[in-house]
Amino acid sequence: MSDFTAPTVAWAQLSPVLIVLLAAVVGVLVEAFVPAARRRAVQLGLSVVALAGALVAVAALWSGVSDDGGTAVLGGSLIVDGPTLVLQGTLALLALLALLVVVDRTETGEDAFAPSASSVPGSEYEELARRKGVEQTEIYPLLLFATGGMLIFPAAGDLLTLFVALEVLSLPLYLLTGMARRRRLLSQEASMKYFLLGAFTSALMLFGIALVYGYSGSLRYSTIADATQEASGLDGLLLVGSVLILAGLLFKVGAAPFHTWTPDVYQGAPTPITGFMAACTKVAAFGALLRIVYVVLPGLDWDLSVVLWTVTILTMVVGTVGALVQTDMKRVLGYSSIAHAGFILTGVVALNQAGLTAVLFYLLVYGAATIGAFGVVWLVRERSVQPDGSAGAVLGEASHLSQWAGLGRSNPALALVFALFLLSFAGIPLTAGFAGKFAVFSAAIEGGAWPLALIGVLSSSAAAFFYVRIIVLMFFTEPAGSPEAEGAAAAEDGASGLPLDVPAAQVPAEQPATALAVEVRAAATTTTTVVGTEGFAAVAIAVCAAATVILGVAPSWLLELIGGVAQFLP
Amino acid sequence: MHTLTTLAASLPAATIGPAPEPVSGGIYLVAPALVGIPVLGAAILLLGGRRTDRWGHWLGVAASSLSFVFGAVVFVALLGRPADQRVLDLSVRSWIDAGAFQVDAGIRIDPLSMTFVLLVTFVGSLIHVYSVAYMEHDADRRRFFAYLNLFVAAMLTLVLANSYLLLFVGWEGVGLASYLLIGFWNHRTEYAVAAKKAFVANRIGDLGLIIALGLMFANFGSVSFLDVLGDRSAQVSEGVATAIGLMLLLAACGKSAQFPLQSWLGDAMAGPTPVSALIHAATMVTAGVYLIVRSAPIMNEAPTAQLVVVIVGAITLLFGAIVGCAKDDIKKALAASTMSQIGYMILAAGLGPVGYAFAIFHLVTHGFFKAGMFLGAGSVMHGMDDQVDMRRFGGLARYMKITWLTFMAGWLAILGIPPFSGFFSKDKIIEAAFVPVAGAEWRAWVFGTVTLLGAGITAFYMSRLFFMTFEGERRWSTQRDGSAQHPHEAPRLMTWPMIVLAVGSVGIGLFLALGGKFVEWLEPVTGTPEHEEPVLPVWLLITLTLGVVVVGTVIAYRRYAAATVPVVPPLGTALTRAARVDLYQDTVNDVALVEPGQALTRSLVFADRAVVDGAVTGIARSQIGLGEITRRVQTGFVRSYAATMLLGLVVLVVVVLATQS
Repeated sequence: MSDFTAPTVAWAQLSPVLIVLLAAVVGVLVEAFVPAARRRAVQLGLSVVALAGALVAVAALWSGVSDDGGTAVLGGSLIVDGPTLVLQGTLALLALLALLVVVDRTETGEDAFAPSASSVPGSEYEELARRKGVEQTEIYPLLLFATGGMLIFPAAGDLLTLFVALEVLSLPLYLLTGMARRRRLLSQEASMKYFLLGAFTSALMLFGIALVYGYSGSLRYSTIADATQEASGLDGLLLVGSVLILAGLLFKVGAAPFHTWTPDVYQGAPTPITGFMAACTKVAAFGALLRIVYVVLPGLDWDLSVVLWTVTILTMVVGTVGALVQTDMKRVLGYSSIAHAGFILTGVVALNQAGLTAVLFYLLVYGAATIGAFGVVWLVRERSVQPDGSAGAVLGEASHLSQWAGLGRSNPALALVFALFLLSFAGIPLTAGFAGKFAVFSAAIEGGAWPLALIGVLSSSAAAFFYVRIIVLMFFTEPAGSPEAEGAAAAEDGASGLPLDVPAAQVPAEQPATALAVEVRAAATTTTTVVGTEGFAAVAIAVCAAATVILGVAPSWLLELIGGVAQFLP
Repeated sequence: MHTLTTLAASLPAATIGPAPEPVSGGIYLVAPALVGIPVLGAAILLLGGRRTDRWGHWLGVAASSLSFVFGAVVFVALLGRPADQRVLDLSVRSWIDAGAFQVDAGIRIDPLSMTFVLLVTFVGSLIHVYSVAYMEHDADRRRFFAYLNLFVAAMLTLVLANSYLLLFVGWEGVGLASYLLIGFWNHRTEYAVAAKKAFVANRIGDLGLIIALGLMFANFGSVSFLDVLGDRSAQVSEGVATAIGLMLLLAACGKSAQFPLQSWLGDAMAGPTPVSALIHAATMVTAGVYLIVRSAPIMNEAPTAQLVVVIVGAITLLFGAIVGCAKDDIKKALAASTMSQIGYMILAAGLGPVGYAFAIFHLVTHGFFKAGMFLGAGSVMHGMDDQVDMRRFGGLARYMKITWLTFMAGWLAILGIPPFSGFFSKDKIIEAAFVPVAGAEWRAWVFGTVTLLGAGITAFYMSRLFFMTFEGERRWSTQRDGSAQHPHEAPRLMTWPMIVLAVGSVGIGLFLALGGKFVEWLEPVTGTPEHEEPVLPVWLLITLTLGVVVVGTVIAYRRYAAATVPVVPPLGTALTRAARVDLYQDTVNDVALVEPGQALTRSLVFADRAVVDGAVTGIARSQIGLGEITRRVQTGFVRSYAATMLLGLVVLVVVVLATQS
């Protein structure tokens, strides 16, 4: 034991990760020691401070890294270089915005989470908890743990750290997915699916790690990268291992054919959590993917490009085609996120400096628009109608597309902001989405991947159709139930050839006497309403909208800023 | 093919104008304000809400007029420079800077862009004034003006851009404004459907522009006019130039309603009439012509693409003219005429250096007389309780003298009767079409004959429109409330813009043609064409043209002014019936595009229902049933998801290992 030397730890470089994980641990203690009445406020303050602190820490590290290119810390397990800092900054910022949506209880005073997640859906016990206004404040530490894992994920310098980070970020997400206050069965099913499929891919990835270790004798990225340069008779081992590792990462970004969980989970999870997942998980996973592809596997460029090309094309097509036929807003956004994963992958495949910059930029603008869009979805609710015609209680999200008809008239500001996010998704000029798409596609063309850029352009044109269809629905269609709506809806349907299903709201319902059933029964006669926020969500949505506009009109300063440090440490 | 390339090799020297001169100061700094003022106007009107209802429309007029004044100032400054220094690049700021890819947002000030600026702001301001009265009783007049201002800003962005990317921003902007204005009265379902049709056709066109952008970036590493249209345009291979040219043509077809993307223009008449005059006659629909002429250096390298441009122009020219003969809706007849006239311009633009200047010349004169006639149609509708069926007009000349006279000016102009303005522009296009192309003598004869024939048909349908509306006996219906029609002249705010445009229809052709002034003015952009003689002597061509015009007019007079026009459309010949339904364009579109698309969608919907949605529906039911079904569905689907992933993975691994060896 005497020859043990304690490793030198560069605490400063670790600070963004440490702040968030420490706050998460403190959050667990808060659950134990702070009285229930004050828990939410304390947890909220703690989380905001932690994420803002991480952001400040990133800013403090920035100039050092942009000067010396970064350092490997903890003996190379974590690499703090330019892309790491950009990604960590993006993550902290997006997590902060997502947190603001998560904490917002809206004017109804109820947050998005089940009052007692462990109770049987529809049971007396749950109803009791609901009436007492119980809240599960554990979501805050869970969110922080997930964020902590995400901060490590793109910074990981060896495959083991990568795997641990993957699990640290995934496990809280599985839990959070299953905690929706409304439509709990859907939520729990989503959680279960996410967990099973996630475990499945974790196993595949671990298997891949083992194979790569078998080939190179090391888990360290740099050592593996060196090993790939040398010829050996074990190429099959390396290739299959790499494909398995890539599969694990592609699962997290939601790329086809590993995308199947995305629409279900996005739909089932509590809406604010969906926003968090859609934005932050994508950032973290793409960060890790970038490092693997750019640092570890460049030697296999030729062999693996076929995989990346296939996946990219498939993802763009599946995402776009899938979204065209959806009738649920959250599923539309889910498929749209698949399509976006494909667009971002074109930038990854470019395999050049411009591609790296473009992907990092795209992740930020996509994340901002996504959190904003899900924030809006969170505020658009069903409201039951009493038999006498008066307005009743506010229920869950009005996620069926037909329920969004006429929103532009009743809530022009909210509808306008949502339209802005959709236009950004569609990549219309002067929105951030356009700058992002332009950056990735031009990088892909520069990198010789013009067929991908072409397919990307084609599918984003097709995708524009369903985004604009939603805008048309909001601004130019009468709300369901109004006298003019029937004929117009029929004509709309016939002309576009796209289905607007009978809303789920009109499914006739049996009526057992439970809270859940109350929801279902009430759903038979509901109107769409927009609930006011406590202010947090409004701030988050406003910031996202502002970012979407500003980065659309003037993207170059950020592209330059990112481009200045976008260089992986070997 | 060989002869075509030799032809191309002999031409480029004639077409590359002076290199753009960067400017950063002086009077040209007001150029960004040209776009900024209407944007500001639109912003105030949209954000100001109901508070601005009382004076909002005058703000809109002021914004547009101020843009015109600034445009005129820049124009005069440009006139003051020697002809070879009239191409200026004003860099505003760096816009996108992503490593190798840099785009500066900048403004191109040259004779071509300034011609458009003056046309757009001048005709635009007149139409703003007209709209103040025309939209007086509309509760949303303020919003209407906001959209009009937005349109002016977008159109100016389009023509002032110094890169294809910024042009694309304007291109999308005018599309958006057009979409909003067609659907302005969106409470009527058919109007909303029309807006959607325009949107889809335009998206197909936009796709062409996007692909062209990609091709340019791949080959030039840039999308600015400076790089793409400069000396380097001669260095790309003919194949690349042809691809870019064809994609630009696709874009032009979408925006300018050219065959085969023409179907939306007729339906776009659902919008308020001032919109039809400004956007769907004078300016936006001509953006395609602008795009082709602006891209002259690339087009000159791609003779095959140019030939396709000419063919598209010729087809549309005849298509629009034939459809125009059978339409009874006054606005749709004018729309068909617009399509046909833009066909002339596209054809001229496809002829290369001999045609560019005349395409723009005809564009300008057409902007005046067609806008004038659309405003006239609006005035007729205003006096006739929004009736649009020409079979229900007749004898209106006595009741609305000013409308009649101004409309007559436009009518004579489009017929091409000297000295009205259409004569100078259209006749030149006919002459240019008859100019022989080395190695392909047939082209001069075929395209020349098409333009000549088109002139005759134009004379017929425009005379038909004029006679059915203003001459002959009255065939008025009752008003919608059952009372009798009381046609009356429009208020002054509407008649004055019509009078100004009528003066333009009469005089602007002669004014610009005198001494070849306009062609010379455009030379820095379009190049100096070598003088070439048509296959027939010019005097004979003019005589022939006037001959067919007179024949067309006389036939129209005998059938629609001297004879009684039946109120119920007669059955007509097979061609008439086909023309009434736009030569079956919608049927063709349905069979070729919509139905396969819908079949695909349906099958996707089916697959989605059966495979993906099954889970969701399962959940919806389980909320009620709470039981067996859910668990079964749940397990089943995770298994199938996992199977999908595993299958995908196996395929990927196999592919990798297969390509490895």
